[in-house]
Amino acid sequence: MSDTTMTRREWLLTDRPQSRTQARLGRAYVTWRRFTANRLAVIGLGIILLLLFVAAAAPLLAPHSPYIGDLRNARLLPPSSTYWLGTDDQGRDILSRLIYGSRLTLQVIVLVAIIAAPIGLLVGTAAGYAGGWIDAVLMRITDIFLAFPKLVLALAFVAALGPGIENAIIAIALTSWPPYARIARAETLTVRNSDYISAVKLMGASPMRIVLRHIMPLCISSLIVRVTLDMAGIILTAAGLGFLGLGAQPPLPEWGAMIASGRRFILDQWWVAAAPGAAILIVSLGFNLLGDGLRDALDTRSGGQ
Amino acid sequence: MSSMETQAPARRANKRASAILKAVVSFVVIVGTTYLGLLAVTFFIGRIVPIDPVLAIVGDRAPAHVVERTRIEMGFNLPYYQQFYLYVKGVLSGDFGTSVLTTNPVMDDIRRVFPATMELATVGTVIGAAFGIPLGVLAAVKRGSLADQIVRIIGLIGYSVPIFWLGLLALLVFYARLGWTAGPGRIDVVFEYTFTPITGFFLLDAILNRDWAAFKDIFAHIILPASLLGYFSLAYISRMTRSFMLNELSQEYIVAARAKGLSETRIIWGHALRNAAVPLVTVIALSYAGLLEGSVLTETVFAWPGLGLYITNSLQNADMNAVLGGTIIIGSVFIGINLLSDLLYRMLDPRTRIR
Repeated sequence: MSDTTMTRREWLLTDRPQSRTQARLGRAYVTWRRFTANRLAVIGLGIILLLLFVAAAAPLLAPHSPYIGDLRNARLLPPSSTYWLGTDDQGRDILSRLIYGSRLTLQVIVLVAIIAAPIGLLVGTAAGYAGGWIDAVLMRITDIFLAFPKLVLALAFVAALGPGIENAIIAIALTSWPPYARIARAETLTVRNSDYISAVKLMGASPMRIVLRHIMPLCISSLIVRVTLDMAGIILTAAGLGFLGLGAQPPLPEWGAMIASGRRFILDQWWVAAAPGAAILIVSLGFNLLGDGLRDALDTRSGGQ
Repeated sequence: MSSMETQAPARRANKRASAILKAVVSFVVIVGTTYLGLLAVTFFIGRIVPIDPVLAIVGDRAPAHVVERTRIEMGFNLPYYQQFYLYVKGVLSGDFGTSVLTTNPVMDDIRRVFPATMELATVGTVIGAAFGIPLGVLAAVKRGSLADQIVRIIGLIGYSVPIFWLGLLALLVFYARLGWTAGPGRIDVVFEYTFTPITGFFLLDAILNRDWAAFKDIFAHIILPASLLGYFSLAYISRMTRSFMLNELSQEYIVAARAKGLSETRIIWGHALRNAAVPLVTVIALSYAGLLEGSVLTETVFAWPGLGLYITNSLQNADMNAVLGGTIIIGSVFIGINLLSDLLYRMLDPRTRIR
């Protein structure tokens, strides 16, 4: 459109976009509008952005060292102006440990997502596109994994692999891919017989190329929603493993492990265990709110129930 | 023409029989493969992941001939497929090996501790359903109102809170500070010699024994961990109830009922909820299974002598037989409940019945 009086908003919302970029931006704008209309979702987004910021700027934000405490003068102090959230039994500042712990939380969720989502995507799209016995076998395996108790299985995995944050990540990833496979398969089934796939096929694209270039990108958005909704569960499982002493090992400031070490002092120095738990609650709440908001914004079908 | 008409019912009966047969076969295949999958995964965890499973059993200070003998006794010198066959055979006959920690067969240990976990999960589910369903109905009926938002936030927090942390705080507040409930454990030591368990479900046992003092004490012990688990399932149950109810309330029969002049209470509780009840049964069954798993962390916090505590204690002592035995039991119950809820759904909902 050559009309120069058009505002930016009109340009984004036009029915007849002139270029692919304009169409994409327009769609993104509509989604964003729908997302920001949901106040809780915006709060969730804020929490996650704050988490990212805290993790990135941890050395600048932390007032004390997360590892070295003042054993002589600062054991188990209540919250004060020097130690905002008090100190633990090693005389370490709890706030500083929480700030550095955000990096571990982020590491866990990012790595689990990076490992589990592609496995699910690959299994699901392959099953959906191939159909027949490949589909049957892959989906049976998926359903088998889906029927397992996740936390207990992760526990057993870590028990065999040995405690540690890397093994906890592997264990959680190995138990959390099945829902992604189901979603990817469902999306694949809706597009596999569409005209554009037939067109690509006529042009001689290999099944591999069709799945990788033309089907997978369409699964991404519903996958992102599901991964975001699962983040809270991942954080809680990782914290549970840490609480049982199977996740990150001391002196790493992992939040679940911090609760475990504060457990002995719960009756008298309750803040040692209370603060990391509150951090877990806030972050997983943030992911749940964000995930709910994303689902409602991206999914126009289920009219915001 | 007439001969075809007489054949028709027979053919329909045939068709129905074959459909039922097909459903039964597919059910058996699903149960079989799922269970085999569970065993394959635990086998993988127990035998293939550890660098040397024998060392995990006898310890690294055992002399070489003991290690060698154990290896042969346990069949670890055989190829994996034979080991797996023996493993499956053992598990199916209830043999999970011996616990290093308690020196009992793992199966005996589990039989001893499992009722405690089931009792906790049952009371938890009852609490979750008793509060979750009304809250979900309320949220659906007053959709978009303040009440709806509050129920939503209660649910979201339930999804987001680390249950072991909430348990610690609950112990601090309700046991240590307020003194409203009893502390960790299942029953006070005072009752250790006077109270004789019959079924292993202590609440039931106390009623059977007519031991009201013990009943009060057991109730004071169970209420806190069960409420926590209940909150956990309330989050799920209220959310699903809300969505099922919204679905029912938008149906035409509700409009018809309103047009007939039925009271709103009757429409909501008598008509809509009754139809939403079918999928709700599935949800409650699944949340029960979830609580069995959630009990692992809760039991650790409350020193509740159930399967969860047994598993975590065994974990800390590198007692893999016990850990895997517990995993298989929880996994089996999980799978069982999953399938059962599926079957229940089919039986309760006439639309999914085989015609």
